[in-house]
Amino acid sequence: MKEINSDWLYEIKPKHKLFDLNFKEIWRYKDLLFLFVKRDIVTVYKQTVLGPLWYFIQPLFTSIIFTLVFNNIANVQTGVVPAFLFNLTGITAWNYFSHCLTGTSNTFVSNKGLFGKVYFPRFIMPLSTTFSNLLKLGIQLCILIFFYIYFVIKGTAISPNLNLLLFPIYVIMIALLGLGAGMIISAFTTKYRDLSVLVGFAVSLLMYISAVPYPLREVQEGQPKYAWIVEYNPLTQIIEGFRYMILDYGVFTWWGFFYALIISIVLFLVGLIIFNRTEKTFIDTV
Amino acid sequence: MSVILKAENISKQYRLGTVGTGTLSHDLNRWWHSLRGKEDPYLKIGGVNDRSLKASEDYVWALKDINFEVNQGEVLGIIGKNGAGKSTLLKILSRVTAPSTGIIKTKGRIASLLEVGTGFHPELTGRENIYLNGAILGMTKSEITSKLDEIIDFSGCEMYIDTPVKRYSSGMTVRLAFAVAAHLEPEILVIDEVLAVGDAEFQKKAIGKMQDLSHAQGRTVLFVSHNMVAVKSLCDRGILLENGMVTATGDIAHVIEEYLSSSKIISRTETKITDNHRRTNTSREIQLSKVSSIQTHNLIREELRFKIDLKLNKRIPESVIVTGTICNISDHAIGSFFSKPFLMNKDNLKIELSIFNHNLSIGEYYMHFSISKGNLEGGDIEVLDHAYEAIGFEIYNESSEKDYLLNWNKYWGDVFFQSNIKILD
Repeated sequence: MKEINSDWLYEIKPKHKLFDLNFKEIWRYKDLLFLFVKRDIVTVYKQTVLGPLWYFIQPLFTSIIFTLVFNNIANVQTGVVPAFLFNLTGITAWNYFSHCLTGTSNTFVSNKGLFGKVYFPRFIMPLSTTFSNLLKLGIQLCILIFFYIYFVIKGTAISPNLNLLLFPIYVIMIALLGLGAGMIISAFTTKYRDLSVLVGFAVSLLMYISAVPYPLREVQEGQPKYAWIVEYNPLTQIIEGFRYMILDYGVFTWWGFFYALIISIVLFLVGLIIFNRTEKTFIDTV
Repeated sequence: MSVILKAENISKQYRLGTVGTGTLSHDLNRWWHSLRGKEDPYLKIGGVNDRSLKASEDYVWALKDINFEVNQGEVLGIIGKNGAGKSTLLKILSRVTAPSTGIIKTKGRIASLLEVGTGFHPELTGRENIYLNGAILGMTKSEITSKLDEIIDFSGCEMYIDTPVKRYSSGMTVRLAFAVAAHLEPEILVIDEVLAVGDAEFQKKAIGKMQDLSHAQGRTVLFVSHNMVAVKSLCDRGILLENGMVTATGDIAHVIEEYLSSSKIISRTETKITDNHRRTNTSREIQLSKVSSIQTHNLIREELRFKIDLKLNKRIPESVIVTGTICNISDHAIGSFFSKPFLMNKDNLKIELSIFNHNLSIGEYYMHFSISKGNLEGGDIEVLDHAYEAIGFEIYNESSEKDYLLNWNKYWGDVFFQSNIKILD
């Protein structure tokens, strides 16, 4: 027996570099990514009567409730913009974030059966969650466009502005934030489950300091002392900017835009590093 | 032959007990060491992986300094008791978890055969699951499409292929899972105890496919199983794991023998017969109470001699005979003996039994005994008492002797026959 040559295909060893995401490998598994996305989309509403209609019902009802509670009872002002449309816009963006976050935050725990048996780049999993949620975002945008046109025909003075060109960047920012935070949480929950308990209610609380059911100006004027909590939240900048480009209503600053962009990228990179460190041995502790 | 996979000093450490605040302090300590560029302090400690001992430390070495090589096209069997570290080793090989120390170098892609239905989504149809499962195992979509018909055909589930997998029987799910994996084209295939499910026809098919993979296509297979018959028929070489360490390696028949002899605890010197040795109810008018070896070192071609203690519980007028069956270590019966009839006229009787001209080759064996009344000529005997796995013995060969039996190969069987040839023309 002799070794013909010493160029091994790969090595399995304990120590690893801080950042060793193998893009070539992920590219090789692109079909798997596609199939996971398809599986997520197809199987969610199997054996339901309304099927994909559920994608419409959830944001619609949330918007109606928000309009009743915040605008009609708590009297939050939304200017010329119809309160319902204001809420629907915010919720569409917010939903994408919260679905990405909750979807990726239990990556390791909910897939331990599969991860414990077979190797593939683990990053495929959160990535597929992000992509399948992107499709849901697309569907929800259709409802948004439907009501938008309805209100325009009714004669409401709303129109998008030039910022609409930033739309893809906003979507990417939301995805990066959700994915980054989700990956960090998923990595920590492999050993200590405390964070997964936190995620459930933290996400719903986070919504209230992300200016979803109210415009940013409302806080700045109403609670100037505490407005910074909301302002420094990158999500506020994204939600507010998202509404601003579509409804031409709200506060937009380039400072806020770039602030949110940098935070998103940093959080994503930190998440990726932690996720990578965890994926090699999480099965021992999960 | 070229080496396709090489494991060097693979060790894997696990923590015992539950995860709680105690683990947090260890984690912080470990993190503090790594910050200063020092070695993980907990890698220096850890007990031997023997589940029957009381845990003396917080850490255990599930695997310790494992070294082995696998050649291209070889089927390597990995055997060992429960908890010996087999699955941990497979997990490291299939990159599910990383080793604590050591390195594995490979020249080929390693794919593992999924356990029943992992990776299958119950709501998706068989066809959709073939794609999903294939992709999980590392195939591309076009690769799967080109093999789809073959896979469906091999699984034998064509009728159900467009039905959700949740409607499948568990056997059908395994068939489908195995069909996908068998059509993978990794250079190294890892299979863990999967043939336990599935009917006889499918097991045969699966074993045939694995032989085809390794012998015809030159694929390397690592096979873990407790089914020694399957291991023996499939593998060329084996490694035996015990308490996280390799205790035997080499030719599969040799490794299996080593494994079976380490797991069977049949005394070779003396056995008191208890109810553990009895499997059915008999009258026990006369009972076997003790069996012991007269010789401790049995040479090939030599007489085997045992002493049997009998106890009389009820006087009977008929004569009795002692019978017994010799089995090899894989539990196959080799043959039986029947003694001459004798009368039991005392409350306690000691008899000496000798077995000669047995022609057993070197190796380990054990015996079942029984005592019966009646005689063989009448063809009508009634078992009074019996003792399964009563005593073990080993047959050695004197190495100084020049004898072809010296190199007895276990593939030749357990018995050597006397033969003669006559030149006819």
